[in-house]
Amino acid sequence: MMQPRFLNLGDRALTLEFGDTIDRQLVIAVAALDVRLTQEITAGRLAGVIETVPTFRSLTVIFDPLVLPRAVLQDRLMAVLSETETSAEQSSRRWCLPVCYGGEYGPDLESVAEAKDLTPEKVIDLHVSQNYLVYMIGFLPGFPFMGDVISALDMPRRTEPRVRVPAGSVAITGQQTAIYPWESPGGWQLLGRCPLTLFDAGRPQPALLAPGDRVAFHAVTGERYQELFELDQGGVLDFFQFLLEESSV
Amino acid sequence: MTSQLMLLSPGPLASIQDLGRFGYRRFGVPQSGVLHPDLARVANTLAENSEDIAVIEFFLTGPSFRLEKGIVRLAFAGDFTVELTRGRAKRTLRSWRTLTLEAGDTLQLGPVMSGKVGYVAVAGGFDLPSVMGSCATYMRGGFGGVSGSRLLPNTILPIAQEDLGDRPDRLLPRSPRSENLGLIPTSEDDLPTIIRVILGPQEEYFTDVALNDFLTGTYTVSRESDRMGSRLEGPILAHHPEKKPEIISDGIVPGAIQVPGNGAPIVLLMDGPTVGGYPKIATVITADLGKFAAMTPGNRLGFAAVTPYAAETILRAQRAELEDLLASIVSLELRNGVNIQAMYKTCLVSGVVDAFERPK
Repeated sequence: MMQPRFLNLGDRALTLEFGDTIDRQLVIAVAALDVRLTQEITAGRLAGVIETVPTFRSLTVIFDPLVLPRAVLQDRLMAVLSETETSAEQSSRRWCLPVCYGGEYGPDLESVAEAKDLTPEKVIDLHVSQNYLVYMIGFLPGFPFMGDVISALDMPRRTEPRVRVPAGSVAITGQQTAIYPWESPGGWQLLGRCPLTLFDAGRPQPALLAPGDRVAFHAVTGERYQELFELDQGGVLDFFQFLLEESSV
Repeated sequence: MTSQLMLLSPGPLASIQDLGRFGYRRFGVPQSGVLHPDLARVANTLAENSEDIAVIEFFLTGPSFRLEKGIVRLAFAGDFTVELTRGRAKRTLRSWRTLTLEAGDTLQLGPVMSGKVGYVAVAGGFDLPSVMGSCATYMRGGFGGVSGSRLLPNTILPIAQEDLGDRPDRLLPRSPRSENLGLIPTSEDDLPTIIRVILGPQEEYFTDVALNDFLTGTYTVSRESDRMGSRLEGPILAHHPEKKPEIISDGIVPGAIQVPGNGAPIVLLMDGPTVGGYPKIATVITADLGKFAAMTPGNRLGFAAVTPYAAETILRAQRAELEDLLASIVSLELRNGVNIQAMYKTCLVSGVVDAFERPK
């Protein structure tokens, strides 16, 4: 497979860098290595590795140097790399998530439309027209970085970031789109809102989405949003209705 | 009997922390956990807990407690005093020991005298739910600890009950002022504290001048310091003209030093983000991270680069020294025929106890 660079991230972590751009090939290489290492860890063949963190373009391996000396880890990683195939697509969970676009839920829809010389309806059409890949989860618990947004919607970050972006906000910037799992500050352009709780510390799998998942959006009315939101808040929303496909790796 | 320990005032931003949450960084969940793990280890070992038991982490201002009923043993690690009020008697003890409280006792911990962080362990630990494998409070995410929040005044702490039997209190015979251990910042002279780092992962994003300034300059811990990270004031670090001061986000660990476009470094700590888009010039080694995290705004430091292999050796030596220190903990037992435990109950004159507490 593609040979990554080994970068030092202190004495407890190595970052295996496959590239320094946003590129699906890099994500696939990262995911392939991540799956292999996770198998090794699960099988007890990498004692001392604490966890791995996949990003757009690199895999960070966190380890305990007192259990697994770095030199030994490096050799083991080289061995795993040499026997890892990149060809296979990894995760194949496909989601179709409901979004209520515009109005109070998507306060930037109009200005994005204006900036791109489109109608708000066309912006929505373009946003729902793509299947997005979850490149990584990070920044905030459960925050999915997804791409690629069609170039007709390529928008810079807001010059003045919002102090308060409501939880569930569906946003774009550049070639990326995301759903804010928490109320937080944020500078992305808000197009709409998704009624699902993306991260719940009480769930066995706290984050709804995982790197490698495919996500499509579909537009719902304000009433439907409200209905789903109430079910979600009541803890009785069936998330599987939004999961189109789940096949094993 | 159910013991009830009331936290009267926690001090600013005190929280419940353990050694952290592992395995969830891939979901954007930071490690959290104590800023100074070795200091927390001392508290837990004094309390005869395993090292991963949750403790109270507090900053600068010492918390105060009252035991409403029952019996509870607390252990204290950090550079502060412990003022016990029992009935009408008041006594001031040093930290680095356990103290067994009786119903009605109140306790006021003094301000942290060097460094900014102190730990209180409860023998038997807290009765708190584990969230993603840890009791550490992640305040920004609102989970862990007590209701995902910093500790609030007048809270009955949910303590796990432990039968103390007739096991005596314990203490460290000496305050651990070892430079290597870094349990307490040693600021006797005016020299900046040396914090060792491993360069990278993005040192190539910086000019040679910036790398040199980083390793030879003196930095000051700014007031913008919390559990997420610590901004430093000092030499501005220029990014390489051919590189942008940003990267496509990659992994971050506690100790990573990121440098945004303004050139002022930020050392990320336990609640720091899992990924980030600023170049990281270097990462603080594990052996020095607790020491760094305990530094007070205004403290000065300089960075020194070591290799990953040297860092491993340093960490091993430090761990061995910590084991020696923990092995030096002694029990407060009969001494010269005097039952110290009984003395606590009857004779609470300040100063008397210290005379008996000198271990053999």
